[in-house]
Amino acid sequence: MTSQNVNRGRSKKRSGYLKKKTEPYLYQLPTVILMVVLLVVPIYMVIQYSFFDNVIINDNPVFVGFQNFQELLTNESFWVAVKNTLIFVGGSVIAHMIIGITFAMVLNTKYIGPKLQAMFRVIFSLPWMFTAAVIAVLWKMLLNPNGFINFLLVELNLSSTNLEWLASRDLALFSVTMINIWAGYPLFMISILAGLQGIQSQLYESSAIDGANHIKNFFYITLPQLKPILISLILLDFVWTIQQFALIWMTTGGGPIDATEILSTFIYKQGFSEYQYAMASTSAVILLVICTIVAIFYVRHQRGQE
Amino acid sequence: MVGEKKWYIKLITFSLLVVGTIFSGFPVLWMFLNSFKPNSEIFAWPPVWISDNFTLNAYAQILSDPEKIRFFINSYFVAFIVVILTLFVSILASYSFSRFNYPGKKIINTLIISVQAVPPITLLIPYLSLVVALNLYNSYGALILTYLLFTLPYAILMMTGYFNTLSKELDEAVMIDGGSRFRALWTVLVPVAVPGIVSVGMYTFMLAWNEYLFALALTKTTEFRTVPVGINLLMGQHAYEWNQMMAMSILGSIPVLLLFLFFQKYFIAGMTSGSIKS
Repeated sequence: MTSQNVNRGRSKKRSGYLKKKTEPYLYQLPTVILMVVLLVVPIYMVIQYSFFDNVIINDNPVFVGFQNFQELLTNESFWVAVKNTLIFVGGSVIAHMIIGITFAMVLNTKYIGPKLQAMFRVIFSLPWMFTAAVIAVLWKMLLNPNGFINFLLVELNLSSTNLEWLASRDLALFSVTMINIWAGYPLFMISILAGLQGIQSQLYESSAIDGANHIKNFFYITLPQLKPILISLILLDFVWTIQQFALIWMTTGGGPIDATEILSTFIYKQGFSEYQYAMASTSAVILLVICTIVAIFYVRHQRGQE
Repeated sequence: MVGEKKWYIKLITFSLLVVGTIFSGFPVLWMFLNSFKPNSEIFAWPPVWISDNFTLNAYAQILSDPEKIRFFINSYFVAFIVVILTLFVSILASYSFSRFNYPGKKIINTLIISVQAVPPITLLIPYLSLVVALNLYNSYGALILTYLLFTLPYAILMMTGYFNTLSKELDEAVMIDGGSRFRALWTVLVPVAVPGIVSVGMYTFMLAWNEYLFALALTKTTEFRTVPVGINLLMGQHAYEWNQMMAMSILGSIPVLLLFLFFQKYFIAGMTSGSIKS
């Protein structure tokens, strides 16, 4: 055994140790690089933009502190967008939950067998399979003044005139919210269905012995058992709906005037049709802060369940 | 007592099934029927269900227009590249999460999870600068890079969950025989993880296929635009050729529809385990 051999053995050992230490990081390297370039840098940039005057267009933007925020928070159109966003998001999330629970309970009933259940599950999930562009075109056709929805309402004597669903200031926000409700409930339905199937049947059996009826069962067993799933879904849906852009952009474009302007269309217009990139960035930062707060609740909720 | 109640509940159940079927299915059926009508009959009063002038014209016009074919090629190309890159990167990261313990693991994990809360629109403006600076404006590269950010978090979380269910002895056996960890991952673990990989791939494909905002903002010419943008362009362009828009919508939905039908089980399992823990 010469000293050379001992050395070689030791250095081999050391390189093995180093390799062992660095290996997990090497596997993470592509992800981390992508996350930093595509997420951390852009978020840093957008926050920075919100503190400068006209960025991107101006070669030497000037630091203006909170001036952009001040300007935005005193801008009436911004508050219209906030109000519309709240109605759009609130209406969508509540309706998604109600429709989701109802359809999930119907699919979960013992009156239909597994085959029928699978078939109806696919039919009820249909809206989920279409991209926003398709949903927008489809509903523009259905809600056209001469379209099928108006035909139905007039035939059933529910309306005397052909309504301008998407072009009237009074109806447009309601209409886009309805479209979004149609497009989004299957996530709730599918997740709640999974939740319902996880509830132990003994719970219902013992309540049947106590003579409880269906309504009591629903409020004292089903809903409490679903509560964790429902809270997760509501928080997730809130974050997803608040960023909905495509559907509104392609149906009304935020109009007529500002009747369906929500934060995302407001940001897009500020940036891409008015070239107010600083203002667009400032609104984006506000939206980001809202979503971050909701996300913190979401993560805490998920951790609490573990 | 029981008989009477059952009758009542049954009636409600079956009425709701009918209502739900109409609610979810009718708009889709109407789209399908209208793709076979001449444009003049789309808004006929009373509505025409199946036209006497049944025609495949709308489909023929879409499929013979090189510009529209281009939208499909672009969508397929972008989606396939995104799927391949997402799978490669997420398999590496998930392996690291699943098989090692090391300082910083939690930070990386939190970073990945937090992406899901970032509204894409907030990143749009910096992306524009970034894409222009990288000379990627109006290119496939801009779209592929962007979509990676949104597909990776879900892919990694789901793959990690899948790898965790696979026994460590699988890859350790290869290493005892002198093989490297990297080889063990690709030759032993990946083939076993095919069901997980398939569902991640599907989800990734759907996301890339359906994306609209960045496809609209980061491309300028029809050379690089994808199906969703194409459908919307059609809306403005030809003074409302509704039958063509319906035909294009159906053609543009077929890939996702087929994926959903064939892999429903994986998709629902993935969707529910990815977003909700119960």
